[in-house]
Amino acid sequence: MKSSRILTRLAASVLALALTGSAFAKSVELLNVSYDPTRELYVEYNAAFAKYWKAKTGDDVVVKQSHGGAAKQARSVIDGLQADVVTLALSYDIDEISEKAKLFPADWQKRLPYNSAPYTSTIVFVVRKGNPKGIKDWSDIVKPGVSVITPNPKTSGGARWNYLAAWAYALEKNGGSEEAAKKFVADLYKNVPVLDSGARGSTTTFVQRGIGDVFLSWENEAFLALKEFGADKFEIITPSLSILAEPPVTVVDKNAKKKGSTEVAKAYLEYLYSPEGQEIAGRNFYRPNVPEAKAKFAGQFVNVKLITIDEVFGGWQKAQKTHFADGGFFDQIYLKK
Amino acid sequence: MASAVSSLSRSSGSAVRPLATRDATWVRYTLTAVALGFLALFLLLPLVAVFAEALRRGLGAYITALKDPDGLHALKLTLITAALAVPANLVFGVAAAWCIAKFTFPGKSVLITLIDLPFAVSPVISGLIYVLIFGAQGWYGQYLNAEAPWFPALQAWLIEQDFKIIFAVPGIVLATVFVTFPFVARELIPLMQQQGNDEEYAAITLGANGWQTFWNVTLPNIKWGLFYGVILCNARAMGEFGAVSVVSGHIRGETNTLPLHVEILYNEYQFVGAFAAASVLALLALVTLVLKSLVEWAHARRTA
Repeated sequence: MKSSRILTRLAASVLALALTGSAFAKSVELLNVSYDPTRELYVEYNAAFAKYWKAKTGDDVVVKQSHGGAAKQARSVIDGLQADVVTLALSYDIDEISEKAKLFPADWQKRLPYNSAPYTSTIVFVVRKGNPKGIKDWSDIVKPGVSVITPNPKTSGGARWNYLAAWAYALEKNGGSEEAAKKFVADLYKNVPVLDSGARGSTTTFVQRGIGDVFLSWENEAFLALKEFGADKFEIITPSLSILAEPPVTVVDKNAKKKGSTEVAKAYLEYLYSPEGQEIAGRNFYRPNVPEAKAKFAGQFVNVKLITIDEVFGGWQKAQKTHFADGGFFDQIYLKK
Repeated sequence: MASAVSSLSRSSGSAVRPLATRDATWVRYTLTAVALGFLALFLLLPLVAVFAEALRRGLGAYITALKDPDGLHALKLTLITAALAVPANLVFGVAAAWCIAKFTFPGKSVLITLIDLPFAVSPVISGLIYVLIFGAQGWYGQYLNAEAPWFPALQAWLIEQDFKIIFAVPGIVLATVFVTFPFVARELIPLMQQQGNDEEYAAITLGANGWQTFWNVTLPNIKWGLFYGVILCNARAMGEFGAVSVVSGHIRGETNTLPLHVEILYNEYQFVGAFAAASVLALLALVTLVLKSLVEWAHARRTA
């Protein structure tokens, strides 16, 4: 009688121990709100990070993804989408979240190395095989009769990089004349038959639906399209000048704090700078930003003159206000069409 | 169509029919061919294309695509949404149609207009309305952040529960309910108006109370119309894209419904997966249509 009681107690304590033991291996969930073309990158990265985190802490981490045009995604986070981290196409959209919803401090971009951009990219041209329209540089795509595919700068981050790269080229060719640049970009948008809301939508328009002669694209998106649809159908043309696109990342402090995921969210972004994170970025055709990885992948990318948003446009805040705000240059040229 | 014409000629009985009441043969065949051709081109062909694309890499790839956990979750969410939205609109639709058809009261025409509102506004706008009301910057968000809220206990409870509306399941259900609002009511109102109040008056005169009148007199009369409305409502609830897209937040495996999942897969160049998911949606629609036909067939047999 007594011994059976002891046995029961023993069993109960073993069970309790087992329960607490399993409680140590937590399961954490992160929501990464990202822009359009990073889908494949984060599928691979999330799996790698989950493995790394499991080995380091014993916890399981499941990273959920949401993708869309960068401005639209920022808007969703402002409206309450519970992102733990945002990985968007440009810093202005992340600034907006900080300013409108006050979810993290305004100096967020200083929190991680390289302006919080673990990888960079640039804007290139994708043309159909054999380059039937003979497109070599920006000056070729404003010619009448050339159909250009680019998304809507109001909703897409990539589209804004496209626009600014064209503007920077025109400035350089015309000795810094803003009037000439405006005319150049206006001519460019006269050649655009359809504005999709995100970069991936534009890729589908050009690649799947077969519309357009030239597609202004993220370099990574261009490589991916070639990989998915065969290099026998398309060619990448690198213009004489392009823009250094820095898609930054940050933890959404308040959301992460509420969900108790601050630590893993931080580690998630920091791991992007690790050799493995950089390797995955490079494999997915993003330009790694950490010097060792940069050197390793140097052969994959064409060496092109890249201007930065800070030196030509005085930073994203200013560029956004001048070019893309309501009534800005983009509205002026596009509405006149 | 040809059979309708021939049955007409048979029912006319007499041996010689005036020429003026007959269409020339070529007219009949052309019209039939045009109608059938149109159906095949715009309805049948896309349906076949969906299944053909889904099975292009073979049955194995199709089944693998169907087993995708995010896809299964999307299917589950779509079914849950329909299971919540349809009964809600069933109750509302019957109540509204009952009020409108059987009674006169001030503001009746306003109510009728309001019921039609979801048909009139674009689904995207319907979604945005919910973002504006329930978003973090909207009324709901302001209430959660208010220093001195109306019902502090409610605010505390909502915060403690972390009760989310948009970018979560409740928002998706709300948006779907809004968009599918008119289907049941719109189906019932003309039917109930046409039937009038006589039978209900008779029941009440014979001593039935309100509930008995509704259950034993009104409901049997509107049964078939109600079925039809529910089926239409269900079809739309499962297929809704625009409004749901705005409030969903597109979190894979969490707030993606089947139509949103199809778009995501398509944009990720996973064409077999996209069409496999689309084929599931098409199958759900076909089941709905078969149900609808069964209801119509049963109804026709009863009334015949």
